[in-house]
Amino acid sequence: MDKRLGKQTLKFDNCPVITETSSITGPKEGEGPLSSYFDIIRQDVLNGCESWEKAESQYVHDNIKHLCEKAKTKFEDIDYIISGDLLNQDSGTMFGIRDFGVPNLGIFGACSTMGEAIGLGAILVDGGYAKKVISSASSHFCSAEKQFRFPLDLGTQRPPTSTWTVTGAGSLIISDKGNGPCVTHFTVGKIIDMGIKDPNNMGAAMAPAAVETIYAHFQDTGRKPDYYDVIATGDLGYLGKEILLKMLTEKGLDLSKNYTDCGIEIFDKETQDTHCGGSGCACSAVTFCGYFYDKLMKKEINRILFVPTGALMSTTTSQQGESIPSIAYAVSIENME
Amino acid sequence: MINSKEEKQKYSDMVDSMAPKSPIFSNCIKAFISGGLICILGQFINNMAQNYGLNSDDASLVTSVVLIFISAVLTGFGLYGKLGKFCGAGTIVPITGFANSMVSPAIEFKKEGMVFGLGAKMFIIAGPVIIYGVLSSIVVGFIYYLLG
Repeated sequence: MDKRLGKQTLKFDNCPVITETSSITGPKEGEGPLSSYFDIIRQDVLNGCESWEKAESQYVHDNIKHLCEKAKTKFEDIDYIISGDLLNQDSGTMFGIRDFGVPNLGIFGACSTMGEAIGLGAILVDGGYAKKVISSASSHFCSAEKQFRFPLDLGTQRPPTSTWTVTGAGSLIISDKGNGPCVTHFTVGKIIDMGIKDPNNMGAAMAPAAVETIYAHFQDTGRKPDYYDVIATGDLGYLGKEILLKMLTEKGLDLSKNYTDCGIEIFDKETQDTHCGGSGCACSAVTFCGYFYDKLMKKEINRILFVPTGALMSTTTSQQGESIPSIAYAVSIENME
Repeated sequence: MINSKEEKQKYSDMVDSMAPKSPIFSNCIKAFISGGLICILGQFINNMAQNYGLNSDDASLVTSVVLIFISAVLTGFGLYGKLGKFCGAGTIVPITGFANSMVSPAIEFKKEGMVFGLGAKMFIIAGPVIIYGVLSSIVVGFIYYLLG
């Protein structure tokens, strides 16, 4: 059977199943509209640690441990952990999982990490190279601000196009058998750079990458947008959503009925002062692992196209005047009859 | 997919037309009022100092010290950032903003140690201000000298 569709999409025939998920967040996310869907909500952003970076690693550590407890699975039974985050050298996750003794594949896709992690996990399981894989992604508002922007206590105003990095971690188990929705397709995005240079407007930088990946997904699979109950991008926010819908309409795809963005779902724009919405690796990761997975398990939705988006800049490239290249990965996750 | 300059420009124009704008007018008013209030406070301290018998130079020095102290303490308690969110340029431009720009990285980078963390990173925002402040005062001083 053909495992490749078109130029960018992989098809999984052996039904890699997402058997369990776990999500952990900080207090702000815990006050948001999705709070009831998260497994653990920490009231302490430092999570009992002494620095933001250690706190992020602790979030990852606690979340993956909780995932395995929930799934009644020992670390010895996990074949690989595929994980990443926003910090330099992927230290958020690497330091968080160093005690687990599980083979690790560290990845970087900025905020698109969860899409890449699920896609790669499904490849390993579908190909018979693994029986159980954990895919994980994390971010932390404070460590991200420190690395990418300004010190937290600096008295500046955030522009209206800015987004709020989600504090937390999401992880899930992809297994060769068990109950749950299957990962059926994985569309690997291309790096797209439309020349946006403003690191405070990542929605605009990333929207064209999401457009390219979503368009490629429908071209490759021959599916129509209404095939899915939900099409959810990672962290385009309010502005990115508008741009994406406009650009896809111009390409002849109407997503207005079933499209949403995790960055819009996770915070309440009016009461939480998050401007264009949520962002960061954890934005799509916790929204999928908490909210959408719950809806899939309850069969409130049966087919979702999950499209995490990532802005691939660093502080160095931004200061050198470079524009922001972006990427998006689409994974289609479906309840099988 | 390589996009031409024209396509990028077209996209950039589209983004500009759709992006929410900063409320510049109300920000200016807030900055004017809050900045003005800080200046009034400064003048009050200055007058008080002179009332206590300090000469004008010493009174200015005391004013700066007191304002910097207040700003540093507020930053330490995490309040100056909140103030800055509302006041914008009103709290950045006065000397209190300068103090905030040194104390906030000092707090943030303390975890990386007293030398390469706090000591070095303290100047990431204030450093350029000092460098170009000194440089421009040299230029102005030179012009002042030439004009006699």
